[in-house]
Amino acid sequence: MSAETADNAAPAPKPAAARAGRPVGAWRMPLLVRIAAAILVLVSLVALLAPLLTPYGYEETDLLYRLKPPFWSSLSIEGHLLGTDKLGRDLLSRLLIATQVSLALALLGTLIGAVLGTFLGILAAHRGGWVDEVVMMLVDWQAAMPFLIIALAVLAFLGNNFYLFLALMGLAGWETYARLTRSLVLSAREQGYAVAVRALGARPLRLYGRHILPNVMGPLIVQLTLNFPQTILLETSLSFLGLGIQPPLTSLGQMLGDGRDYLLTAWWLAVLPGGVIFLTTLSMSLFGDWLRTRLDPTQR
Amino acid sequence: MNLRYAAIKLLRAMITLWLVVTFVFVVLRLTGDPTQQLLPDDIGPEIRDYYRAAWGLDRPLWEQYLRYFEAALRGDFGISFRNSQPAIDLIWQRVPKTLELGLATFFCSLALGIPLGVLAAVWRDSWVDRLTMSFAVFGFSMPNFFLGILLILLFALNLRVLPSSGYGTWQHMVMPVFTLATAFAGAIARFTRSAMLEVLSRDYMRTAEAEGASRFRQVWWHAFPNAAIPVVTIVGFSLGGMIGGAVVTENVFAWPGVGRLLTSSVADRDLSIVQGIVVLVAITMVSANLLVDLAYGWLDPRVRVGGQERSR
Repeated sequence: MSAETADNAAPAPKPAAARAGRPVGAWRMPLLVRIAAAILVLVSLVALLAPLLTPYGYEETDLLYRLKPPFWSSLSIEGHLLGTDKLGRDLLSRLLIATQVSLALALLGTLIGAVLGTFLGILAAHRGGWVDEVVMMLVDWQAAMPFLIIALAVLAFLGNNFYLFLALMGLAGWETYARLTRSLVLSAREQGYAVAVRALGARPLRLYGRHILPNVMGPLIVQLTLNFPQTILLETSLSFLGLGIQPPLTSLGQMLGDGRDYLLTAWWLAVLPGGVIFLTTLSMSLFGDWLRTRLDPTQR
Repeated sequence: MNLRYAAIKLLRAMITLWLVVTFVFVVLRLTGDPTQQLLPDDIGPEIRDYYRAAWGLDRPLWEQYLRYFEAALRGDFGISFRNSQPAIDLIWQRVPKTLELGLATFFCSLALGIPLGVLAAVWRDSWVDRLTMSFAVFGFSMPNFFLGILLILLFALNLRVLPSSGYGTWQHMVMPVFTLATAFAGAIARFTRSAMLEVLSRDYMRTAEAEGASRFRQVWWHAFPNAAIPVVTIVGFSLGGMIGGAVVTENVFAWPGVGRLLTSSVADRDLSIVQGIVVLVAITMVSANLLVDLAYGWLDPRVRVGGQERSR
């Protein structure tokens, strides 16, 4: 996750006037980004509506119809558009639910990390002194350890359960928000509007919540779009290894891990969930990159 | 000055390592009584007490901590309860195999990523540039377990030119190295490109051109050494991602390295092995960051004179 975050370390916050003055045309999306955005909308809709779209229950087994191929094969059977898995469960239904689970986890994880990191970043910038030192030491510490290893260790020590897993998703990447927010807030605090608001006697909550935070939101949102694919990859990697989401619940990574045993006879069991993961992360990265160049022209 | 810079970096590295060992100790003690996890449920309290005493669990917490720390310094993380050997021995057996994979990936990524990044910057907006940036985005978004599985499907199952998994010949290395190097080379190419773009716009590049230096000499003699500093940083940064990637990749290709040992130990909750690997990874990361910091000071004299920098 360091690869993407390091090269946009601290884009300077721009005054709101400059942003508003940009012609509307600058927001027109290139074709590739439009496709990416369309895919993201589609995947989100699928994830939202998944329980309504599934033709079967995702855990409904039918041992008479195991490992049936998808519609393009002459051996496919009616009613199972994408065929069935090793237990005769409908692949389409599982794919829909798995997309919902993986996306929801990634979204919740990203939001938890963003809120936690932003809060600690503001706290470090506001208090300074030893609070700042401790927060930055934690940031350095987390940046120094590969998070996958930390996550694996915590899962080994504490055992796996859903809420712990969710907490781990949230802890992944908080340090990038903390570092970014801290540097943004430190420079925003010295700007005219912040000095004026403070001089008028605003309490810290009002100063940061109502005035500074909305002004530094741009880079933070970009960071969100860049962190989201990384959280998806963390969840799917752990689930792929069989150490993340546990059956009967399913996720895209877990489906891929299961399907890997049938590569020779039923490759689609692994390739379809993998394709959904790749398309989602790719679209999000393209969209995030585009958003970054929009919000910060020096990156172009 | 130079010595002070190195000393500060070394001190920070030590603090990070100490934090990791402390973190492991705290989390382990938070999980409750190890005798409950390791011993069968149906034994009497006197046997439980015997083991508690034998493992030092009846001592005050600070004494346990000191003992733990002292043992960790000696590389003693206890016995693997799965096959009753010292955890550290089991880990060391796997290290060379992971190193083999890691070093091959490292050199392939640098050999591919740096020239691509430099060319992309020199011929900005050309097809080379576009190809490089697409490659970087692809590497960043592609989960390595999925890339690995696609490679197995194509080269092992359909074309039948490479072994699908395992360890032994150089053919076994091709797919794991390719899988790991894709993301790493993409990141390196991207950073080399942006670092080069920055350097190429400097005044001294115009001077070099005015002096009549050839384009080749301008790029590789004047520009590249100046762009090398951010590239060294990102190489150090990417190591963490590469270690995480290696864990997954070793599992995809049944590569008998530390990563596979870690995942199987996590599944079995073989805690002494997990602790050992966490500390080993921490030592690797801290040493790598230390090397990067020192290389940074060596490549750019301004850093060691300017003292300590806060954010990287």
